[in-house]
Order: sequence, then C-alpha cells, then structure tokens
Amino acid sequence: MKTSGGTLVACRGLRKDYGSGEGLVRAVDEVDLDVARGETLAVMGPSGCGKSTLLHLLGGLDRATAGELWLNDRRIDELSERALAQLRRHEVGFVFQAFHLMEELTAQENVELPALLAGRTPRQARGRARQLLEEVGLADRSRHLPSALSGGQRQRVAIARALANDPLVVLADEPTGNLDSAATLEVLRLFENLHARGLTLVVVTHDERIAATADRLISMRDGAFVDETRLTGGIGSLAGLIEFGG
Amino acid sequence: MGRLLLVIRLAAKDARRNRAEALLLLVAIVAAATTLTVALALHGVTRAPYAATRAATSGPDVVAAVQQSTLPRQLSDLENAPGVVASSGPYLIAMANLVIDGHSDPVMAEGRDLAAASVDQPKLTSGQWVRNGGVVIERSLADLLGLKVGDRVGLDNLAGGGFGPGGGPGPVGGPGGGPGSSAGSIRAVGPSFEVVGIAVTAALQPSPLNTYAHPSGFPEAGLVWVTRAAAEQLASITGGAFGYTLNLKLADPSDAPVFVAAHQHGGLVLISWQAIAAKEGLIVSIEQTILLTGSWLLGLLALASVALLVGGRMEQQTRRVGLLKAVGATPALVTRVLLAEQLALALLAAAVGLVIGWLAAPLLTNPGASLVGSPGAPTLDLSTILVVFGAAIAVAIVATLVPAVRASRTSTVSALADAARQPRRAGWTVALSSRFPVPILLGMRLASRRRRRAVLSAASLAITVGSLVAVLMFREHASSLDTSGGLGGLFRFSGPGDPLWERGMDVMLVFTLALVLLALVNAVLVTWATVQDARHASAIERALGASPDQVRRALVVAQLLPALPGAILGVPVGVGLYDAVGRHASTLPSAPALVGVLVVTIVVVAVLTAIPARIGARRPVAEILQSETA
Repeated sequence: MKTSGGTLVACRGLRKDYGSGEGLVRAVDEVDLDVARGETLAVMGPSGCGKSTLLHLLGGLDRATAGELWLNDRRIDELSERALAQLRRHEVGFVFQAFHLMEELTAQENVELPALLAGRTPRQARGRARQLLEEVGLADRSRHLPSALSGGQRQRVAIARALANDPLVVLADEPTGNLDSAATLEVLRLFENLHARGLTLVVVTHDERIAATADRLISMRDGAFVDETRLTGGIGSLAGLIEFGG
Repeated sequence: MGRLLLVIRLAAKDARRNRAEALLLLVAIVAAATTLTVALALHGVTRAPYAATRAATSGPDVVAAVQQSTLPRQLSDLENAPGVVASSGPYLIAMANLVIDGHSDPVMAEGRDLAAASVDQPKLTSGQWVRNGGVVIERSLADLLGLKVGDRVGLDNLAGGGFGPGGGPGPVGGPGGGPGSSAGSIRAVGPSFEVVGIAVTAALQPSPLNTYAHPSGFPEAGLVWVTRAAAEQLASITGGAFGYTLNLKLADPSDAPVFVAAHQHGGLVLISWQAIAAKEGLIVSIEQTILLTGSWLLGLLALASVALLVGGRMEQQTRRVGLLKAVGATPALVTRVLLAEQLALALLAAAVGLVIGWLAAPLLTNPGASLVGSPGAPTLDLSTILVVFGAAIAVAIVATLVPAVRASRTSTVSALADAARQPRRAGWTVALSSRFPVPILLGMRLASRRRRRAVLSAASLAITVGSLVAVLMFREHASSLDTSGGLGGLFRFSGPGDPLWERGMDVMLVFTLALVLLALVNAVLVTWATVQDARHASAIERALGASPDQVRRALVVAQLLPALPGAILGVPVGVGLYDAVGRHASTLPSAPALVGVLVVTIVVVAVLTAIPARIGARRPVAEILQSETA
C-alpha cells in the first residue's frame, strides 16, 4: 500500500494483542487510520480503550501483532529496533502524560538530549534547546531541574524536547492528564501554535477541551474506532475554548 | 515484647519475600566468616603438640651437628660445656636410599643404642625400638611412604651398593641374587630390613624438611633409626659417615639460643629447641597469615556486597516505610525493622561460617604426623566465636545503618507515593559527556547518577585485583627462592612436592576461590542494581531515539567507568598488601600476568553487564514507561 500524497501516517488492520488463550486481551482491534500532513487528530475514549496503545504503535514504542503501519510513505511495522530508534530520533516526537523528563538534567539539558542522540554537536544542541525553550516561554527556567518546575512547566519542557529534531509528527499521550486548568491552557496554546506552523499532531486524550482544538476527532472503544467527527468552527479554537469557559 | 515480636515478624516476612537477595547476603557473609574462623583456629595450633612431643621424647634443648666423616673433638667437647646437664650421642649419620618396591628415597640413617637415651629418645607410636635387622621410621616419613610396622625395606647406599641385614652387601640384581656388590655397581633390590617401629622426635622438622637439625646436602632426606652397627656398616660402604649429631639438655632451656650463638663455629651447626618449634609452626603460621589477611579482605568485600544489597533493598522498601509510619511507627522503630532483617541474616551467616570453618580447619591445622597428638578438629574458643559474630554484625550494621536511618526519615507522604530516590546530578559530567559518542554520553551520565554505587564497585574491584596481585607476588617470590641443598638458610621452598609449598598453595587456592566468588557476587549485585536503576532512563532514551545497542553499550560503559580505575588501583593495593603482610622483599608479578589480571577483570565486568542489559533491551519501551508511572 502506498499512502496518498497528503497522508503522513497510515495504518491498515492494525492489531495489538496481549496474552493468549483465555487471557487474550485485544488492545487495538483491526484499526484503519489515515492522518494527513499538518492535521491535528484527537483520539478520545474511556480508560483502557486502547488509545494509548495505538499511539505507542504509531510511534514504534511497541510492536503490533498484525497489520501495516506507514509513516511518510515508508512501511515501519517491520523495521528493526535500531531502525525504529532512528525513526523516533528524526521523524517522531513524543509527549507523555507523566512528562518522563530526566530528573538529574536541567530543562535545557533535557531538551538538548534528542539532538545529541541525533549526532548534533553540543553547540548545535544547546542553540536549538535555547530556541525551543524560548518558544515555550521557559527561557528563564532553562537551568532548573524538573523538580523545581511546575507540572505545566515540565510538560512545556517535554514539548520542547519533542520538537528538538524537527519531527514530522508529534504524538502526545494525555498531555494534560496531570495538569491543572491553567497549565492545561498553556499546553493548549502551544499545540495551537504547532498546528498553525503545519506540524502534524496526534493527541490522545479524554479531555474534551483538548479534543475541541483538533481538526478531527476519533472516538475509540474496546480497541476499535466507533466514531469520527471532522471539527470546524464553533469551539474549534483556543479563543473559543477560553470563551466557553474551559 | 509486642514491638519486638512485630519487628521480628516484619523482618522474617520481608526476608521470605526476597529470598534471592537474602541468599546473596548470606553467601557474602558466610565466605568471610568461614575464612576468619579458620584463620583464628590456626592460632597457636602447633604449640601444644610440639610441647607434648618434647615432653614425651625428652626432647633436646640444643641439637649440634657436623658434616664430616670422622667425629671431631669439638662436638664431643660440647657434652661438657657450661650449662649442659645431660646429653645423648654423638650419633653417626649415614646417607642411604630407602628402597621400597623398586622406588627409592634418600634418608639419613642415624645409628642408635638399643637402650633408651636420656635425651631425645624418639617416642614409638607403633612397634618397637631398633634391633638388629630392624629399622624405625620417623612417622611423617612413614606416612609419606605409606610404611607400617612389618614392612620390608631396602637400605642401599646412594651410589647403588646394596646393604643387607647380615652386615655385608645385600643381594643385587634381583630377588634371590647372589651376594656381593660394590659401590657403583647395580643397586640392591628387594627389602632387606624389617620396619620394626614408627616414632616421632622433637629434634627435627617435619620430613622432608629436616635439613636444619640434621644438616645434610639433601634437603629432601627423611630420617630413620638403625643400630649403631648398621649405621657404621652403611657408612663404610660410602667411605665414611656423612656426619654426627649430639643432643644436649641445658640447665635452663630458655638459654638455648644463647648457647647456640656461643658455640656455633669451626664447622659445627647448632639449633635450639625454640628454632625447631618455630619451624614446626611455620607451615601453620604461613597459612594463618594468609587466611587472617584473606578473611579481612573477604570481610571488606562482604561489606561492599551487603552495602549494595541493602542500598538497593532500601529503595524498594520506601513504600513499606511509608505504611509503617502512616500506622504510627516511629522513625526509631522503622530503623529497627530495617536493621533487624540484616542483623538476623548476619547472625545466621556467622553461625554457618563458624561451623564450616570449624569443620574445614583440620584440613589446614593438622601440623603433620611428626608431632605427638595432632589436634584434629580445633576447639572453638569463646574469643573466636565472639570475633566472628562481632565481625558479621559489624558488617551488617555498617552497611545498613545509614540507608535505614535515611529511609526512616523520609516523609510519610513521599514514602507512600513511593517516590524513587532522585539520582544525583553532576553538572560537569553532563557537560563533558555531550562531547562523546552516544554510548559514552549515556554511560557517563548513568554512572554519575549513583556515586555511592560507583565507589563501592570501584572499591570492590580494587580489593579483588589487589588480592590477586598479592597472590601472584607470593607465587613469584616462592618460585624465586634458592632451592639448592647445603647448610644454612632459615627455610626454603623446594617447589611442588614440598609440604610447605603445597600447603601454602592449597591455602592460597581456597582463599582465591572464595575471593573470586565474592567478587562475582559483588559484580552481579552492582550490575543488577545499575540495570534496575537505569530502566526508566534507558526507556526514555530509547523513546527519544537511542537504539537498543546504544543503550546496552551505555550500561556497559557505566559499569566500566568505575571498574577500570578500581582495577588499576588494585595493583598498588596488592603491592602494599603483600609488603604489609609478607616477610620478604616484594617481587612484582610479570607484566603479562598483571595485564592478564586487569584484562580478565574488565572483561568479566563487561560480560556481566552485557547480559542483563541485553535482556532488558528486549522489553518494549512503552511497557517500561507505563510500568514506571503505574
């Protein structure tokens, strides 16, 4: 299968099983998906519906049991671990609910890390990190350890880190799950900026406020897609969200 | 009482839940306790048997000897020297070959009276004293050759001439061969003497090291007693006696060294009973030195093992601490609970080590068959028991107290949230590491997260390599000693076959095996702790684009970074250890041997890390990240 020109991420018949026999759990059940370049896709569903597992499969953090997975016209479900690592290095950025920052590294050092892993010089990595921290509004916190940052600030550092190597797509797993309202708005603001820049975003969330900022919303239940909605106008913007009282 | 029961119950349950770690801790302390027990059991083990032998044989205070074919007057004059109250001899010494089943061993045949002597009358442990046609064998020689009363042996001269009980040359050429032989002709075959007795004496060192009391040019010659007539006839074949000995009793036995110093001239060689006693104990004292030093080294390694184990356990026990405090336990009670488990295991390990050491000690403490009343299994006195238990408790407390106190002072809320202990930050390491390739970058940062573990790892390797270097130096020194025959020299190794050598090497081997075992335990513990600790960080790194191979290599680098300086530091540690413990100038091991030790050590560390790292890399990143946040 070859993706169409505008499709960045695609999967066909994607399946992920855990266990076997009577203990078999099908976390993702024969899912088909296309994500266009520059699109923001939100995946919603109750806890345990498989949305996080889907995200992990899309980013190569886990291996599918069956199905095909395509990124930027390249089939990735059969890549080796080493090739998947390179994929994550250059083409995919991750944002996690638990932030997953290195506790012993400062904000700047956390953002530098992907660039260093990609082989950039320390100077290049440092310059890029400073630029990104400026963009997320944390230039004055660059020397702080994560323990000295609030939840929202940590997530902004994580977002900056995800952008370090100019990925093609950013995969965000419950990015505001651990944040209060104010921090949630900060993150939403950032996502809107990224969307405006044309970055492709796939956001897993059970927060309707986040979902409302997406171009398209997919609902999942029991590992399968049950609904798909294209969002236009209304509260499909941050300004509308604030006005709505989110 | 209720609190005590609670502490015991909690400690027991936790030990049952973590059996593998409890077992590792037991192994570490048992190894150290066993070595210490054996070392302490060796202390003074030969004093009693030598004193008993001296008393039973009316052992001489001074033995005088001369190596010449005729009896010199100055030897006989010693009988009347000031301070001498009794004497026996002079006795003629003839060198001969003791022939058994075609196999021959050089011996010194001392010609003795049929009647008992007033000084140095060997004590029979079986059979009877010399008679015509009979030979009495010194017991250690008899053990060595497997001789017993009733056996028949041949005594021929070293040049090959036969000698039989009839007073003339014995049968030659084969059983039933005709009489007549001459020096240089075919060696006599077949037994021609009957072993009539086996005896011990306090006048010489254990065979075959009886070179000092009875000087000869043959350090491996044993001692047998024959009648005076037999000795003279044997000497006549060889062109004269090899030498003569005289045994003296002094008015004050403690003056023996002074007497020796005053009369050692003109070809006479004298030895005091104190020097003989020291030689008797030499084998054991060398073993004791090795084992005592070794037990402290093993104790240090055990301390590192326990510290690593306990450190890792305390991090896992954070939530348990929170629960205890949430239900009302004071920090002191929490500390007691955490300490109790380690102390109980330490006490158990000390008891096991004492038993194993007590059972193993006779293998090393038997001073040999040359003394009366060999000790067999040594008794464990109270001081030994207290020292071993004390050492085990000290190891447990030193390794556990700080982590236990730290854990007990953690805030209850943090503990309940099971917040992992934050890794240390080393800013300069982070900055420096960014200049290196990815595996070294990640490895340096990993190593700097837990400095205490890195220090323990380096210290453990320094002790291990240092001990191996000291062992190599001991072997180098022993191999380089003068093994030529002749008079003089305090002691020497003649090499494999020499009991002193063999016993020393046996002890060294046991100690080395225990050391390597404990060092491996430590290496596994450090590796396991590092891989566990690095699990989350490694998963994040993989999520950000580090390949599994890079992460694996980073773990190996993280282990090698403290291991390499630790191993290199082990070389001067080993030299210093040998100089501190050894009695002689140090001889450095050869460069290939040193390099070999270092390379093997580093390779083992790398392999021990690579295996769990490879296993850990198989787990999907998502699974690890989710489990860390669960």
